[in-house]
Amino acid sequence: MNVLFYIAAAVAVICTIMVITNMNAVHALLYLIVSLLSLALIFFLLGAPFAAALEVIVYAGAIMVLFVFVVMMLNPESQTIRSRKQLLRPGMWFGPAVPAAILLGELIYVLTAARGTFPANVVVEPHELSRTLFGPYVLCVELASILLMAGLVGAYHLARPEALETSEGDDR
Amino acid sequence: MISIPTAHALLLAGVLFLLGLVGVIVRRNIIFILLCLEIMLNASGLAFIAAGFHWGRPDGQIMFLLILAMAAAEVSVGLALMLQLYHRSHTLDADQADRMRG
Repeated sequence: MNVLFYIAAAVAVICTIMVITNMNAVHALLYLIVSLLSLALIFFLLGAPFAAALEVIVYAGAIMVLFVFVVMMLNPESQTIRSRKQLLRPGMWFGPAVPAAILLGELIYVLTAARGTFPANVVVEPHELSRTLFGPYVLCVELASILLMAGLVGAYHLARPEALETSEGDDR
Repeated sequence: MISIPTAHALLLAGVLFLLGLVGVIVRRNIIFILLCLEIMLNASGLAFIAAGFHWGRPDGQIMFLLILAMAAAEVSVGLALMLQLYHRSHTLDADQADRMRG
């Protein structure tokens, strides 16, 4: 079953190369999402099922949605219509769809071959993880919450409408 | 049962980190710079998970959780700065930001 790891690793590296060589931001985001999904599969194979779930939910879900949101917001109107027409062409979604299909096949194989058990020989369950996280590492949880609060306040302060309007006024 | 060599997982993390670093250096579009920063943070998370797998301890996953929280905060502030840059100079080129005054 080691070959599953190497296939997922190859998918991750190829998709990451496609991210940094792509000219279109939306296509690069699609490839990055596939790369993150393959990393989630690798986490699962490395005996970290909770981290794999968080990788899909937080990274491929929340953070990438933020990116897609901002990229769509910055696109001019004409470009958006053109890219919508391009999205219907098969060549646009074929590139990320093939590695995603490979990952889906691997996931189905892992789930059916393992029959309810984890494929790795060393598995850290979420129970043990949370016992440690809120035991010796509770100070790090507090620090992370302060960091998230600072991120929230900073993002609101930088992107609030008054700041954008005054900066536009400076331009004129 | 699966038994991945820890060295191979760490090698993958190194390759991904290097790709992200190359992307940060080569690309000048600020969206791609942020994406490549995400790739680098993810690769460091993979290195922590691989180390946690090697010793069978939950500490690696805890460091991954903290990296996740840090990445979320970094992305929100980075995207807000990107919006500011776009509204000020109407471009996403990071080199255009060298004319900032004050």
